[in-house]
Amino acid sequence: MTTATASHDDHHHGPEKGLMRWVKTTNHKDIGSLYMWFAFIMLLIGGALAMGIRAELLAPGMQLMEPQFFNSLTTMHGLIMVFGAIMPAFVGLGNWLIPMMVGAPDMALPRMNNWSFWILPFAGGILLSTFFMEGGAPAFGWTFYAPLSTTFAPDSTDFFIFAVHLLGFSSIMGAINIIATVLNMRAPEMKLMDMPLFVWTWLITSFLLIGAMPVLAGAVTMMLTDRNFGTAFFDATGGGDPVMFQHIFWFFGHPEVYIMILPAFGVVSHIIPTFARKPLFGYSSMVYATASIAFLSYIVWAHHMFLTGMPVAGELYFMYATMLIAVPTGVKVFNWISTMWRGSMTFEAPMLWAVSFVFLFTIGGFSGLMLGIAPADIQYHDTYFVVAHFHYVLVTGALWSIIAATFYWLPKWTGKMYNEGLAKVHFWWAIISVNVLFFPQHFLGLAGMPRRIPDYSLQFADFNYISSIGGFAFGASFILLTYIIIDCVRNGKPAEARPWPSAKGLEWTLEPKAQYHSFNTPPSRKLIEQESQNS
Amino acid sequence: MKRLTTLLSVLVATMSTSVFAEYGLNMTEGVTEISKNIYDLHMMVFWVCVAIAVVVFSAMLYSMFAHRKSKGAVAAQFHESTTAELAWTIIPVIILVLMAIPATKVLIDLEDTSKAEMTVKITGHQWKWQYDYPEEGISFISNLAQDSKDAIRGTDEDRKKAGNDNYLLDVDNRLVLPSGKPIRFLITASDVIHNWWVPDFGVKQDANPGFINDAWVEIPVGNEGTYRGQCAELCGKDHGFMPIVVDVVTQAEYDKWVSEQQAAAKAAADSANKTWSKDELMAQGKSVYNTNCAGCHKVDGTGMPPVFPAMVGSPVANGEAADHIGLVLHGKGAMPAFKMLGDSDLAAVITYERNAFGNTGSVVQPSDVKSAR
Ligand code: HEC
Ligand code: HEM
Ligand SMILES: [Cu+2]
Ligand SMILES: [Cu+2]
Repeated sequence: MTTATASHDDHHHGPEKGLMRWVKTTNHKDIGSLYMWFAFIMLLIGGALAMGIRAELLAPGMQLMEPQFFNSLTTMHGLIMVFGAIMPAFVGLGNWLIPMMVGAPDMALPRMNNWSFWILPFAGGILLSTFFMEGGAPAFGWTFYAPLSTTFAPDSTDFFIFAVHLLGFSSIMGAINIIATVLNMRAPEMKLMDMPLFVWTWLITSFLLIGAMPVLAGAVTMMLTDRNFGTAFFDATGGGDPVMFQHIFWFFGHPEVYIMILPAFGVVSHIIPTFARKPLFGYSSMVYATASIAFLSYIVWAHHMFLTGMPVAGELYFMYATMLIAVPTGVKVFNWISTMWRGSMTFEAPMLWAVSFVFLFTIGGFSGLMLGIAPADIQYHDTYFVVAHFHYVLVTGALWSIIAATFYWLPKWTGKMYNEGLAKVHFWWAIISVNVLFFPQHFLGLAGMPRRIPDYSLQFADFNYISSIGGFAFGASFILLTYIIIDCVRNGKPAEARPWPSAKGLEWTLEPKAQYHSFNTPPSRKLIEQESQNS
Repeated sequence: MKRLTTLLSVLVATMSTSVFAEYGLNMTEGVTEISKNIYDLHMMVFWVCVAIAVVVFSAMLYSMFAHRKSKGAVAAQFHESTTAELAWTIIPVIILVLMAIPATKVLIDLEDTSKAEMTVKITGHQWKWQYDYPEEGISFISNLAQDSKDAIRGTDEDRKKAGNDNYLLDVDNRLVLPSGKPIRFLITASDVIHNWWVPDFGVKQDANPGFINDAWVEIPVGNEGTYRGQCAELCGKDHGFMPIVVDVVTQAEYDKWVSEQQAAAKAAADSANKTWSKDELMAQGKSVYNTNCAGCHKVDGTGMPPVFPAMVGSPVANGEAADHIGLVLHGKGAMPAFKMLGDSDLAAVITYERNAFGNTGSVVQPSDVKSAR
């Protein structure tokens, strides 16, 4: 029997019944599930838009749509994937896992938790509704550079601004909640350096969110007043500066890309030791590397702006600072490989996703290093090479870790096992198709194909064709994923409390399907030490 | 079926050199010193990454192969090594410093525009480029070539024929530059941000509205020929349709081209002083309209409401000539200003809009436009 259930006597309220359970819930597990399902639905919608993009790019010539609608597709695809799929999925994982991992009964601020989730469907709904407005959806790219997003944008842009504000509120509240939970609700006997890496990476990510999201809010507010109230922040004819928009955007934007990858580092640092049956290599250097990446992520933003006409001194500084990020990132990769080294490995689905994460994320890191070399970026910038880079870090990085985490913790969430055979089929399907989809885009970019174009000259036809075929196959793989998850929830075989025998972490000491309230009395020092990654 | 065979042959033969050439797998070396330096830098970083990848991934793959439970591997329990951790912090730093040194040199060189002996001003408009030679008094607009425009919604055959195999990479008026001379570009935009990119020159620079960026190029003698590029910053609807074509010629041919252009400009200025007949205006206006206005207002004048209004029955085109001239000269909201067009072209296109599409407006003469400027 576990510590938690033994003491679970005074109040026996379980979840409410019916729909209102989900509307009114303040339970971190319910809210975690809501976040995960929301993110999954947005992933499918964003994916459907991507299918539209790849269909138009299948062959030269415009076959299916108007160029303006194509731009709306790329814009909305990017916005939905970043703000609707990846970020909410990580908040969902954080909600589910952090209280269990730090030995707490729930999140520190449960009502706020409810609110920060329920803002999302409205924000997402507003964003998607712009497709049906006069003038069409935003079509200025997910980076919404002014003045294309101010003077020259469709009317729906004001709705986009409102949606971004809502998403920002939600993220900031989520981050505050996680900081409060980790710092105040952690089991008294758990020192900071006892915390599992997923908790560490999320704690640091929360500080990035609190630092970056208000800057984004500032940027869209300036857009709003430029558009509607006669200011000229980004309008040169009124004394403003369009390049200033980019500085503000990327001061948010670069930390944002690390917001989407640090929790992924955390996830992988749990899965690899479990299936290598060996303690995580370099626990403390993992923590320090995460913290230094977070710090550096605030001082490299202008590497996205090498061609805006910065002074040479600025370009040199941003090039050096960017190259520096490769060092702590390298430390992480080396640590994961050392964890695998001389282990006793098996390759269940979570491990397959985690190992391929290390492989493919590193490829994205290499192209990142190349992009950071300012003179070379002259030829790479705004081509498909950049598109390949960020899809390797975001799809086979961030998204990969989310899928890995889902398979790894699904038994704890549902009390049931997923179908391992199908999960393996799905893995191979996804990893082959994702590389057919994105690897040729490196070649397209180097050969000179700009990004964000709806049609291209004939020399790019073959690789675009291959890429589109890979895209359709990758898209279809999500049908199988949906089936696997629903099948697990409905018909899965009962799971053990610790389905992966060598897994460490307080969450595995709970019942097979974690009870509604996890730790009503804090875990003991002995238990914490037994389950610590920092052995 | 043919596609499928190409697909297979590409997949199978990706590593063979002939395919490298045919499908353009790598960055162009280009023809200028800068583009060659960039290429060398790119290849250096690439090979460094490959070397690191070989070391890291072989360790990983070996471990995945040898240290498997099914092979009877027993897990070791080490979880720290200060030496190893120091090594893989310090060695990468050294590698990065070694890469940063040549990168710094190339960067400083390519940003130094002080050697230039002539200047070309490049202005990005939605969705065309304007080229000005301030010293020679030449100015013209460069649009996507008509046969490419027609092929966008045409057949595969049309696209093969368009621009002699340069579908979407061909323009009506090319930028002409002399070889063997350092040239400074002053780059700006009139509406949104564009980016002027010719890969073979190693020049790619944002064109920011209200600000001027510079870049420079020197095409060594012996590299005369045609070079192509595209806009590389999302600038709205037709961002994919504003290519760049540069003809690099010898100094002598360039001088000849300049005097021809100057003579043509003089003829145009003279024609602006005469009074045109309505038929002349309508004929000229139709071609100006189809190149400059049809992108938004459509060839048949139906526009794309609500953003781009129709010319058919437009209150402006059927109203006061002065308002119509003012709007086209100075723009309004997302309607660009067209003051860079000559007086006769403007008079022609305005007359055309006022009398085509069933409209019943007055005739506008070049002198009307001139006095409205
Ligand atoms: C980039 C797209 C674009 C191009 C190219 C363009 N226009 Fe426009 N035009 C617009 C927009 C948008 C408006 C509506 C402006 C407003 O009222 O805010 C407009 C309005 C007009 C109007 C007034 C119509 C009315 O009924 O209100 C006239 C006349 C006009 N344009 C003429 C021209 C001419 C002549 C050209 C070519 C030399 C041209 N336009 C090229 C976008 C464009
Ligand atoms: C080794 C670490 C990395 C380095 C050195 C690096 C460097 C760069 C550089 C220089 C660019 C700009 C390229 C250009 O536009 O010309 C870029 C773009 C981008 N990177 Fe990275 N990157 C790294 C890791 C990551 C990670 C981890 C993520 C996200 C998980 C990420 C996401 C992105 C995105 C989304 C863009 C494109 C932004 C756009 O839309 O223009 N990068 N990267
Ligand atoms: Cu960045
Ligand atoms: Cu453009």
